[in-house]
Order: sequence, then C-alpha cells, then structure tokens
Amino acid sequence: MYSAQSNFELYDAEMNKINTITSHLLKAAQAKAIFLVDKNGLMISSTGEVAGLDITSLASLTAGNIATTGGLAKLIGEKEFSIQFHEGENDSIHLSIVAGRVILVVIFDANSSLGLVRLRVKRASASLTQVFEDIAHRQEQQGATSYSANPFAEITDDDIDNLFN
Amino acid sequence: MSFINHASREINCKIVYYGPGLCGKTTNLQYVYQKTAPESKGKMISLATESERTLFFDFLPLALGEVRGFKTRFHLYTVPGQVFYDASRKLILKGVDGVVFVADSQEERMDANIESLENLRDNLDEHGYDLDNMPFVMQYNKQDLPNISPMDELQKYLNPHKVPEYRACAMTGVGVFETLKAIARLVLLDLKKGGR
Ligand SMILES: Nc1nc2c(ncn2[C@@H]2O[C@H](COP(=O)(O)OP(=O)(O)OP(=O)(O)O)[C@@H](O)[C@H]2O)c(=O)[nH]1
Ligand SMILES: [Mg+2]
Repeated sequence: MYSAQSNFELYDAEMNKINTITSHLLKAAQAKAIFLVDKNGLMISSTGEVAGLDITSLASLTAGNIATTGGLAKLIGEKEFSIQFHEGENDSIHLSIVAGRVILVVIFDANSSLGLVRLRVKRASASLTQVFEDIAHRQEQQGATSYSANPFAEITDDDIDNLFN
Repeated sequence: MSFINHASREINCKIVYYGPGLCGKTTNLQYVYQKTAPESKGKMISLATESERTLFFDFLPLALGEVRGFKTRFHLYTVPGQVFYDASRKLILKGVDGVVFVADSQEERMDANIESLENLRDNLDEHGYDLDNMPFVMQYNKQDLPNISPMDELQKYLNPHKVPEYRACAMTGVGVFETLKAIARLVLLDLKKGGR
C-alpha cells in the first residue's frame, strides 16, 4: 500500500486518531501497554505503563521479530503470520500486523487474558486499518513530500555540521 | 524510506552498515556508541553468536539534535556478514535510507569485499532500491594492518562510481565518525529532494 521509496509522514490529526484508538484498546483489553511500531522498526505511538521500558529497543526488536517470522512464512508458502503471542511468567506479548505495514503490540498480565486481548485487538485493528488506509490515500494524493511543505527543502551544510558538534 | 512525524516533530532515518564477515561493522557501531554522549544515544543491541559474530543485527539509536525544528534520529544497523546469513541481511535492508559499505582492506579479503558488494546490490534490488541512486558511502577499514591492498586497487574494484570514501581503523576509531557524518549528510540531503 505504500511505495517502497516514498517517505512515511504522519500529521497531528492522524496521530490523534491513532492515539484515541490505542487508548481505548488499552482499557478495553485491560492491557498494561500498547505500542504501534512501523515494520521498519520505528515507534509510532505508545500508551499505558511505558515508563521504564526502552521503547526504541522494543520497536527495533519487534520489527526484527516480525521480519523473521515473515521470512519463515514465505518459506512455507504463507504470505505472513499475522498474529503472534509470547507468553511469559508475568507479562505476555501479543503482536499483530495492521494494514500490512504496522505492528500492534499489546503487553498484558494476569489482569487480562489472551482471549480478551484477541477479541479487542480484532476490533481495534479494523479501526486502525481505516486510519492507515486514509494515510496511504493522503500520501498518494500528495505525491512524494511536496516541495513547499518539505521542512528539509532549505537544509544547509551548516545544519548538518551542527548535528555532530 | 524515512519516517517524518509532524505531530512530534521528529524525523527517523535508517542507516545500514554492510560488508563481508569480520570487516569491522560491529566495531564501527561500538566505537560510535563509546564516543557518543549518553543523552544522545540509546541502548546498543547486539544479536550475536557466542563467538561475537553478528547473528541478526546490531542496533544503535542516535538522537543527534534538531534540524529545522525537527528532532533528528538515526537508527544504525549492521548486517551479519557471514555468507550464509543472506536471508537476514535482506530483511535488515528493508526501509533503509543510507548504506555504509565497510570493506576489509586486507589483500586476501578483496574477493570477499567484491562478493559482498554484489550481494548488497542484489538484495537492494529485491526491495526495489538502486545502490547508484541512494545515499551510499564507502569505508576502507583495517588500514592499520600491513597486508592491505593499495588504494587505487580498492577504489577500482569497490568504488568505481566514486561515492564519498574514507580510510578507517574502526578499532581505534580512525575514520569512523567521518564515515557516519558523510552518510548522515547524504541522507538528509536526500530528504531535501523530497524522497526518492
Ligand atoms: N586490526 C584491525 N582489526 C579490526 C579493525 N576493525 C575491526 N577489527 C577486528 O576485526 C574483528 C571483527 O570485527 P567485527 O566488528 O566483529 O566484524 P563484523 O563485520 O561485525 O563481522 P560479522 O558480524 O561476522 O559480519 C574483531 O576482532 C575486531 O576487533 C581494524 O580497523 N583493524
Ligand atoms: Mg558484526
């Protein structure tokens, strides 16, 4: 749904929609934390008990995990494994792919259950899919980052040098 | 494929260090990690074998500062260089914004360098990327060793299109930040063009 080469951009209104859905899911699934991670390993949104969690690492490892299982799926002739579940002693992780390109991560403990999480994730996925399809549509309309709106159009060598000082 | 988040005013870019086994990719990231201020770096993750060969990837997130009001984050990845990990290498290239090729300058590794560079082209091609058309820099590593190929030979076989190139000794850090700065610059300049 996204071309391999265009940049992925998100705007306030889109983030708000996403956050509304994930916060609702957090409550409905009685989960501890919820993350949305792009398949390339970038954190899009996080909610719940996220303090003390290294969310950058979490995003990168989640994407690595989905990429690996995706590779395995192809090997046996499947498109992808759209749901994964890892059970721990206290906390468990539920991973699912939304709109073919983002990963919905739900962390939960004994206050919830796999059945409840599954059910609620299904519903939230449908809403999220709609949001990400709208984003894809908006990006198509815009084409690649339009020159005038591109915040980096005016970037200078000095800007870049300053980053490393 | 950079990720520009206008809501949080952040830009994320993915840089991949590629090259044959034992050329020094992980060592590059370790040096960057050691020399970067704590507030500018996240945890470095290494998914490695017991003998410290990269098994899946190394990952180092850097938050370097702001450009034009946007927080700029670079996510550095290495691939596993050993030939038989090709499936993993392919996965890691997904969504890459810039590539650093770390060559092992030792004479006896010339063939391995050439093979790995061809493998990079093939794997990028499978994702629909073209190495000649994206941010790319070359690093000639292990310059401290006695048995290295002469520069003109390294250039001839590994860098015919003359992308920015750096001599390095990743173990002591020579050339490491020059290489990183060069690829970061190319990636940001690429954004200026508004995506490929
Ligand atoms: N002499 C010398 N040794 C180096 C240099 N850079 C790395 N090494 C050594 O080369 C060995 C391999 O380095 P790594 O960074 O693990 O290599 P790699 O490219 O990550 O290897 P894979 O993970 O198998 O792909 C280590 O023992 C390093 O200390 C260098 O500039 N000079
Ligand atoms: Mg390595």
